[in-house]
Amino acid sequence: MALIDLANPARFRALADSILPWLGAATVVAFAFALEQAFFAPDDYQQGATVKIMFLHAPVAWLSMMAWGLMSMAALGTLVWRHPLADVAAKTAAPLGAAFTLLCLITGSLWGRPMWGTYWVWDARLTSELVLFLMYLGVIALWRTIDDPGRAARAAAVLTLVGALDLPIIKFSVDWWNTLHQPASVFRVGGSTIDLSLLLPLFVMAIAFTLLFFTLHLAAMRNEIMRRRVRTLLMMQADAAGGH
Amino acid sequence: MDLGPHAAFIVVAYGVAATVVAAMIAWIVLDHRQQLRHLADLEARGVTRRSERTANLSGKIESGFPTEHTTISPP
Repeated sequence: MALIDLANPARFRALADSILPWLGAATVVAFAFALEQAFFAPDDYQQGATVKIMFLHAPVAWLSMMAWGLMSMAALGTLVWRHPLADVAAKTAAPLGAAFTLLCLITGSLWGRPMWGTYWVWDARLTSELVLFLMYLGVIALWRTIDDPGRAARAAAVLTLVGALDLPIIKFSVDWWNTLHQPASVFRVGGSTIDLSLLLPLFVMAIAFTLLFFTLHLAAMRNEIMRRRVRTLLMMQADAAGGH
Repeated sequence: MDLGPHAAFIVVAYGVAATVVAAMIAWIVLDHRQQLRHLADLEARGVTRRSERTANLSGKIESGFPTEHTTISPP
């Protein structure tokens, strides 16, 4: 199936129907393995068992940015190519991204309290992540404010592309400013500073969360396509009733 | 398993994560059921697309979002 074929929502729905069971099963298996790896991973020599929060916090933090990155690509699809599924992808990724960002903030606070002695500090990394969460809420609100999906998609696409400026700020905030948050320790020049015994469970958990994101996103896109079909049918029904 | 002196933070973190993930799954599953109900209801009332009915007659699959071809079947 060519990429252009997916522009047809009915074909996309059929594809989603066939892929979702497999993707869901892969997600369950990945989480089972990831949780086993996480709970039997050795304690960190400084943090002790608290390092287990990292196996949650880091993957959801990556996904919080990946979801906005996906929305930004979809925004280009809406504004430049006017792909019929681009705004569906963007709209359905926003609540998922918001949920992962909220999880990132909560797990970060729960990790910070025993390690730093505080739940929250207004440093660049934490603040820029909070800004990302607020932007997610803003995009969701914008989608709900404008009735016409086409107009809402274009407005949300512009906001999404402007908001994408926050992604490099989040990523490099620990390098550009003096922050309480630790500098990059996984994706960095010179390789990871984390021991393999902790790095492996982290990557397995990241794969599990990524599979979860794509499973939920695909299912949410299918729902949105159905919702638009219902909306159009209801409008046509109302038009027909008004014409008689 | 000994989670050390900060066990409560670890347990709460995993509990919150499980709750948020469960909420996302529940939202999507319930939304899917709701959309299926709406579509079934519309179909039962005879609200279909002209292209869909034509496709059904010719054995083709449905195509795309409902468009200006959407019609209401006569009672």
